[in-house]
Amino acid sequence: MKKALKLTGAALALTALSGLSQASTLDTVKERGYLSCGVSTGLPGFSSPDDKGNWSGLDVDVCRAMAAATLGDASKVKYTPLTAKERFTALQSGEIDVLPRNTTWTLTRDTSLGMNFVGVNYYDGQGFMVSKKLGVTSAKELDGATVCIQAGTTTELNMADYFREHNMKYQPIVFDTSAQSVQGFESGRCDMLTSDQSQLYGLRTKLANPNDAIVLPEIISKEPLGPVVRQGDDQWFNIAKWSLYAMVAAEELGVSSANVDAMMKSENPGISRLLGNSGPGGKAMGISDDFAYQIVKQVGNYSESFERNVGKDSPLLIQRGLNALWKDGGIMYVPPFR
Amino acid sequence: MIVNDKTIPSRPAPAANRGVIGWLRENLFATPGNSVLTLIGIAFLLWAIPPILQWAVLEADLFGSDKNACTSEGACWVFVSARFQQFIYGFYPDAELWRVNIFFAEMTAVLVWVLWDKMPKRMWGGIWFLTGFPATSFMLLYGGAFGLEVVDTHKWGGLMLTLVISLVGMVIALPVGILLALGRRSQMPAISSFCTVFIEVWRGLPLITILFMASVMLPLFVPGDIELDKLIRAMIGISLFEAALIAEVIRGGLQAMPKGQYEAADAMGLSYWKGMRLVIMPQVLKISIPGIVNTFVQLFKDTSLVLIIGLFDLLAVMQAGIADVNWPNIAIEAFVFTGFVFWLFCFGMSRYSLSLERKLDTGHKN
Repeated sequence: MKKALKLTGAALALTALSGLSQASTLDTVKERGYLSCGVSTGLPGFSSPDDKGNWSGLDVDVCRAMAAATLGDASKVKYTPLTAKERFTALQSGEIDVLPRNTTWTLTRDTSLGMNFVGVNYYDGQGFMVSKKLGVTSAKELDGATVCIQAGTTTELNMADYFREHNMKYQPIVFDTSAQSVQGFESGRCDMLTSDQSQLYGLRTKLANPNDAIVLPEIISKEPLGPVVRQGDDQWFNIAKWSLYAMVAAEELGVSSANVDAMMKSENPGISRLLGNSGPGGKAMGISDDFAYQIVKQVGNYSESFERNVGKDSPLLIQRGLNALWKDGGIMYVPPFR
Repeated sequence: MIVNDKTIPSRPAPAANRGVIGWLRENLFATPGNSVLTLIGIAFLLWAIPPILQWAVLEADLFGSDKNACTSEGACWVFVSARFQQFIYGFYPDAELWRVNIFFAEMTAVLVWVLWDKMPKRMWGGIWFLTGFPATSFMLLYGGAFGLEVVDTHKWGGLMLTLVISLVGMVIALPVGILLALGRRSQMPAISSFCTVFIEVWRGLPLITILFMASVMLPLFVPGDIELDKLIRAMIGISLFEAALIAEVIRGGLQAMPKGQYEAADAMGLSYWKGMRLVIMPQVLKISIPGIVNTFVQLFKDTSLVLIIGLFDLLAVMQAGIADVNWPNIAIEAFVFTGFVFWLFCFGMSRYSLSLERKLDTGHKN
């Protein structure tokens, strides 16, 4: 067994080395003519195919933004649907260039898998959904509640911790799939449903009457979700980071896909630097100076992307919450474009 | 002396033994125990069928384009019809769908040609099925020749992908399996040990593990500039796995052959391959039909496992559809429909194998 482990380690190390000696990811992408992007196999709001097979979602917009930044065309993306188990290998083996697949940023993943987390495009966390009829407004009023959970997830452990910490009792009812747990919740077998908040909003749309249920504001775990790139290609790492930042910075400066052409003439030094009319631009990363313009023009700013995919313009109706800009009470904050 | 030169006409059987009543008495109410079971059975059907009918047909919504069309209590088949294109073709581009349709048509034609014994020149049909059909299908579906636009395999999906994977699996697994089975019984130690190890290793691994190896480990071991398509990796894994299963089915058939058949072939002066082809294999394949078809039915259903490596076969497309927030909880409709499609194909295969068995039956049983 030990020997096998060593062998696997050696193989992984070799792959990592061969990864280093390969051409830069940017050159590969430019030569190939499209960006290869790893997404989920269907997660509402983040990456899911519609009935025509077009991918959309918050994570998909990261792919589109990077394609706009590197190739000047947000549509030049090849989406590779990946399951949770194979996502990291697909990145390590070079099958995909970037992995925005609602992946939680943790120390282990960041340091020991040969990958780098680019940033956070959605601050998620475990929450609770209850029926409106209960009249509950906070999770702290839920002493003695029955809870629907999905089997084999860390949510079960997080919840046990939370209830013990607050000296409350609960009765877990475990289901295999999310569709089953929704039915359990709807038929009244449990008082509340727990999962990551973004998922809860997705599950809520599956109820016969979504307005009968509310997602409580409490978050009992930290799940910062963000795109991931291979370690060892700093240029590509930077492109991914600043593509993500450009969307948030555009929202901060009030630049949207609707007004970006007018904003090109803006005298505001911040906007002019963002859109590449002055300041550093994208040259140091090997991409065009107007990469942020291309992103905003073709994909939109972070607010547009959020509202379109998960926010008030989508069936999910997720509030901005933590994902609001720092000046609006959230924690979305990006370094300055200068 | 009275001679009755007319035979007395035979009287009809007693009323209790003929017609509907007779049939009922014989089949459903022969003994008290039998009658009780019949009544229980009828009660169960009366209890189970009406609600299912009501849900699936009477109260179902059939027409419309979005969830607003699903107003009644029953099944919402609108979901299936709204996503029908995706269930059949996956994400294949709209403008190129005719290529998949031609593929379906050619597949049906070739299968009828090969499988229906009234067709002429079935030998050529078989050769076309193994050579021309895969080549034209690849050309049609993938493109890149004759001015056809390349459609990457990540856009393939739905029933089309399920059929492609199973056909490739069957076409490769049967010949490879036969060779492996012959190899395992070979007198040459190198060949027989190789075949034995191959069969035991592949048969001993769960298909999920093989698919994960193919999708996750393989790309790590091959150099970065060789990019093996994920679908091809999955196809190789499935084909070799099924070949190992088929090999064992065939080996069972080989062992059931009386030794006299081998000796007869030798006595006629046939070489090994000729003897196999003319004497042994026709008999072996005949008695192996149930096992082979069983393996193929299994293979057809197993293809849905590719959803764990992110390929959108029929089941995976369905699951992605279930997650769509624009629809209410339609998981039941989706799974019932998927199950029905899988059942249709598997039932067809098993009926065909039954008729084949009857046709090839030469009365050697017992």
